[in-house]
Amino acid sequence: MSQTSIAIPLPTEHHGLSRLSGAVSDTLAMAGRNLITYRRVPQLLIFSTIQPVIFVLLFRYVFGGAVRLPGFPYPYVDYLMPGVFVQLTVFGAIAAAVGMASDLKSGLLERFRSLPMARSAVLAGRTIGDFARNVFVMVLVILVGFAVGFRVHTNVVLFLAGIGLVLLFAYSLSWIFALVGLAVGDPETAQAAAFPILAPLVFASSAFVSTETMPGWLRAFADHQPVSVTASAVRALLQGGPTTSYVLQSLAWIVVIIAVAAPLAVRRYRRAV
Amino acid sequence: MRQDDAAIRVEGLTKRFGSLVALDGIDFEVPAGTVFGLLGPNGAGKTTAIRILTTILTPDAGRAEVLGHDVVREAEAVRYRIGLAGQFAAVDPNLTGSENLRLVGRLAQMPRESIRPRSVELLERFDLADAADRPVRTYSGGMRRRLDVAAALVQRPPVLFLDEPTTGLDLQSRNALWETIRELVAGGTTVLLTTQYLEEADRLAERLAVVDGGKVIAEGTPAELKARLGNTVIEIAMGDETAALRAQALLARAGDGGPEREGSTLRLSSDGPRVLMDVLRSLDGEGLSPASITVRDPSLDDVFLTLTGRHAEPVTEPAAEPAQIGAAR
Repeated sequence: MSQTSIAIPLPTEHHGLSRLSGAVSDTLAMAGRNLITYRRVPQLLIFSTIQPVIFVLLFRYVFGGAVRLPGFPYPYVDYLMPGVFVQLTVFGAIAAAVGMASDLKSGLLERFRSLPMARSAVLAGRTIGDFARNVFVMVLVILVGFAVGFRVHTNVVLFLAGIGLVLLFAYSLSWIFALVGLAVGDPETAQAAAFPILAPLVFASSAFVSTETMPGWLRAFADHQPVSVTASAVRALLQGGPTTSYVLQSLAWIVVIIAVAAPLAVRRYRRAV
Repeated sequence: MRQDDAAIRVEGLTKRFGSLVALDGIDFEVPAGTVFGLLGPNGAGKTTAIRILTTILTPDAGRAEVLGHDVVREAEAVRYRIGLAGQFAAVDPNLTGSENLRLVGRLAQMPRESIRPRSVELLERFDLADAADRPVRTYSGGMRRRLDVAAALVQRPPVLFLDEPTTGLDLQSRNALWETIRELVAGGTTVLLTTQYLEEADRLAERLAVVDGGKVIAEGTPAELKARLGNTVIEIAMGDETAALRAQALLARAGDGGPEREGSTLRLSSDGPRVLMDVLRSLDGEGLSPASITVRDPSLDDVFLTLTGRHAEPVTEPAAEPAQIGAAR
């Protein structure tokens, strides 16, 4: 007789449908855990908010008068804000890399992988926690934008669609950076590795300036890379102009990024020690 | 579940990382409700074995079962039955102690209503109740380790894996943890622990496997392993190496197979006091005076030295209560 099975009630094992609800519950537990970090270390949230706010103020008042925008009928701040929305989510995505690398380094992933939790929950919880943080930062930055003269020239529905697109784009980036964090395995290195990848994407783009004055080779890149098409799509949704092509290009990038990065990240997670 | 008295069964387990062979076909069995120790130096393969048994790694060859469940094919079933405290304090520094334990309880699929009382109980037991609502980053190293072990116990796992559980613990915490492990085992829990501390293996484990270079090089009870060495270990410090070499040659036939030499110290195992008397008489006859003589029970370090020719630990622990005869001058 096995004496180990006496007197110790085992936890409920999930099968069938309850597996799915188990996965949802595990993911929420992980997302909640990641969000508690922002409550315990408020500096993280403050700095990830201050940085885009500074960008808004600097670009609005320093470059606002100097930047020429051929064919854009509104003040620079109306051009700028959609770019800032995309930019803040791009830099914010670094947190996913740092978070995954920290969990790997500290041995927490090892513990999670020895628990009967959904295999997807650690990564899904990470990306969903980042999503919630992005919503929070986005709202604050939108308010700051309104305070310095930013206006939406279409309507509320398109405005919300634009913000939704940015959040979706941000969500796809979380998967890339979760993968980077797992591959690098060290939070400081993850931080250092992310910036040189991100800076060209953010600045060699249509986020802050028109690409028309860039040299041809750079413009070819700048016009088609995901940050540009997403910024252009959001700008069109908020300020008017042809939206379909940009929105479709942006959605295509989002789908491709998730389709490639998510399976790679899951694979990496299953092997990470 | 197969009815079986082995809680853990490992057969021919092999794991390679590139060209490094971490496990080279190890076998052992752990009877239910006992403590089994994997003893060996750093890099021996102990942690790799634990990672395979806890479903974190998959083996390249061989198989392993926990409570009759295959760790590869039935990994999920295994995860419902194990607790793991790894080598790091694997707790979230930004959560409080209580939040850490409740997170583990939730992820271990415990019934919601039993999670909080269980975390309170464990925090109490590991002397962390006062720090329960403080973020773990304010904890000392010892407190984190204790929380880590507590986290492995949240779901009351019938099989517990402890990878060097007392590394970094002070004496008091270590004794408390040993006490906890004994209580758990008395309650029917099976424990597999790895350690580099021979004293720990000796004090806690009913059976031991000595692991070196990915292989089990000896297995048995601590008493059986020690019995391989005779009853008594005699260490003779000669003061300098020249004298030690002369004494080694002189004593080549004393004890079981003559003394081993390490620097200026000779080591003999013997069955009784007669050997010691013979040794002293021979040395005296050649005008050799030992700087000091130690007579003691064999430790597991002696076992390791005999099996591998090396110490298990970088620095030898002082033997328990040595009978120091002192400078024979």
